[in-house]
Amino acid sequence: MFRFIVRRLLVTVPMVLVVISLTWALIRLAPGNFYEGERKLPASIEKNIRAKYGLDQPVYVQYGHVMGNILRLDFGNSLRYENETVNEILRRTVPVSAAIGVSAYLLALLVGVTMGTVAALKQNSKLDYAAMGLSMLGISVPNFVLGPILVLVFSLSLYWLPPARWGGFPSWNLLLPVLTLSAVYMAYIARLTRAGMLEVLRSDYIRTARAKGLTERQVVMRHALRGGLLPVVSFTGPALAILITGTVVVERIFAMPGLGNYFINANLNRDEPLILGIVAFASILVLVFNLLVDIAYGIIDPRIRY
Amino acid sequence: MSDDRTPQVPTEEGRSTEPRSQGQPSLTPRGTPQSPPVSARRGDEIHAFPETAVGEGDVRTSEEDARAAASGTSLWRAAWRRLLRNRLAFFGLVVVCLIILSVIVGPPIIKAATGFQYDTIPSDSKFVQSFPPFSSPDGQFSATHPMGTDSAGRDMLARVLQGGRISLMVGVISTFVSLLIGITWGATAGYLGGKADDVMMRIVDVLYAIPYMMIVIVLLAFFGGRSPLQQIFLLFAALGAVSWLTMARIVRGQIMSLKNQEFVLAARATGVSTPKIIFRHLVPNALGPVIVYATLTIPSVMLQEAFLSFLGLGVQAPYASWGSLAQEGIQNIAVFPWQLIFPGVTMALTLFSLNFLGDGLRDALDPQMRKF
Repeated sequence: MFRFIVRRLLVTVPMVLVVISLTWALIRLAPGNFYEGERKLPASIEKNIRAKYGLDQPVYVQYGHVMGNILRLDFGNSLRYENETVNEILRRTVPVSAAIGVSAYLLALLVGVTMGTVAALKQNSKLDYAAMGLSMLGISVPNFVLGPILVLVFSLSLYWLPPARWGGFPSWNLLLPVLTLSAVYMAYIARLTRAGMLEVLRSDYIRTARAKGLTERQVVMRHALRGGLLPVVSFTGPALAILITGTVVVERIFAMPGLGNYFINANLNRDEPLILGIVAFASILVLVFNLLVDIAYGIIDPRIRY
Repeated sequence: MSDDRTPQVPTEEGRSTEPRSQGQPSLTPRGTPQSPPVSARRGDEIHAFPETAVGEGDVRTSEEDARAAASGTSLWRAAWRRLLRNRLAFFGLVVVCLIILSVIVGPPIIKAATGFQYDTIPSDSKFVQSFPPFSSPDGQFSATHPMGTDSAGRDMLARVLQGGRISLMVGVISTFVSLLIGITWGATAGYLGGKADDVMMRIVDVLYAIPYMMIVIVLLAFFGGRSPLQQIFLLFAALGAVSWLTMARIVRGQIMSLKNQEFVLAARATGVSTPKIIFRHLVPNALGPVIVYATLTIPSVMLQEAFLSFLGLGVQAPYASWGSLAQEGIQNIAVFPWQLIFPGVTMALTLFSLNFLGDGLRDALDPQMRKF
């Protein structure tokens, strides 16, 4: 186990560096510069700007500088938000995204697992078909369609909920974005749970559990769920990656000052330090999360040995 | 196309009537009956002779398969029949066909009928901006704009159809790109095996774990925006380049199970080159799962395209896609909701049908793979 973790970390760290290098190369290979606007700058001013941001140095020096910053986890100053370093922006935006993302994931887990389990237990019933139809709908309706429709119904017609903006952590403002974001996962998790449970419910150890006289409730809660949820656990890793892309759209729709919104703006502003900072943060998060999922998998499923 | 993957389901009819023409025995070579069924679904018709049924997926279709086998039907014809019997998949197929058809023939028909194209801004555009469906400037019923008009007075129906062309095209072409990369990568890794396989699949594992959409966003933001057409080509390439990973895994698995069969040995013995063995002999035999997964890749790529277009990084004016139409629509959601709802619902319906079709295809082409 320990060797497995070390080996994975040895892959993870270079991987983050590769992702960042790739992003950096893309930014640098693109034509144009962040300081170029509608008006052409006088040559002397341009020279000063280039000197200030180190653009007059050879490429490998610049690359080394960027990589050095990343290894120290200090991404420097944003080019756009002058009074803030990238780290400060991250500190401000990550909690917003995390509040939306974590709530959405927990909601999806709760509803999805329940839906999937019920569907599996009542296989081929009306309930099963309804749950699976609903989950197919959840996978197929894009979140940028679902979000505005929810706003249209609950905010602009019924006036129940605020249509947008950040309002602190536990606030009604969060409800619609969280619902919008969680719909897809709910659907995926429900389908995965159903498939996993159906497979497990036919296995020998469930028959044994039933034969030794456990109640149906005990069989399901204590024995079947543990095996049936394995596919859901392994989905958690990829889910985080989809979650990050999902938050970008949801934050845009609901005007939330989160990481995704800043990432898009940083791209439109060619704000290189901020882009690199966010990409680094997201890659580290995803890779570490994948590692955790693998470890958790080993703990839940004793058949797996590393 | 080899028939060896067709589920062989001997039924009473198959056993008692004529022997199979193709010499496929209803019993295994040693004369023992095939393995008993795993279990049956509730509501399934339980087979009278359980020892002759292979799996529950087949219990339902055994009659069909027996007929298919008796008349020497190919894997594909049998799969087609199974697909048509699956109601949801059939619904998906019909809707997808209808949408493709209307996307192709719709715009010329609208142009002939009302004179509107997707980018036609009427001369009296001030008066017809954002008109509700089925109404004309004087508030009367009018069939000219069944989906209303957008904020420049352009006909929404024409725009939704045109957007569908782009969305579907991005879906299909990007999936094709991902097929090219995925098949080449997976087949090479699977056939070579050993160290090469280890390294290649390790790369796939590692690529799985990076938030690639972020890199796509950077790519489109920094390299896009020069010309609308170039942007679309960039989309094809970028989305294709990030969605081949699962395809590579699937193809590799297929190739690994095929590569030790005699026909490969025969090909190698007669001196066929390695690339030729892979692409002429192995890949065509692995096509079933590839088609299934490709059908499921199309909606997911379309979703990604719409997502990028929604952020303003995808398809650009004068072209429209469902994503960029939704993005335009959301600006006026409170006042002119139809500008978002029509493209959004059309897209959702398409993805819904494509997903059902993909699921149905999987059940039809590979009942063994069926997840209950």
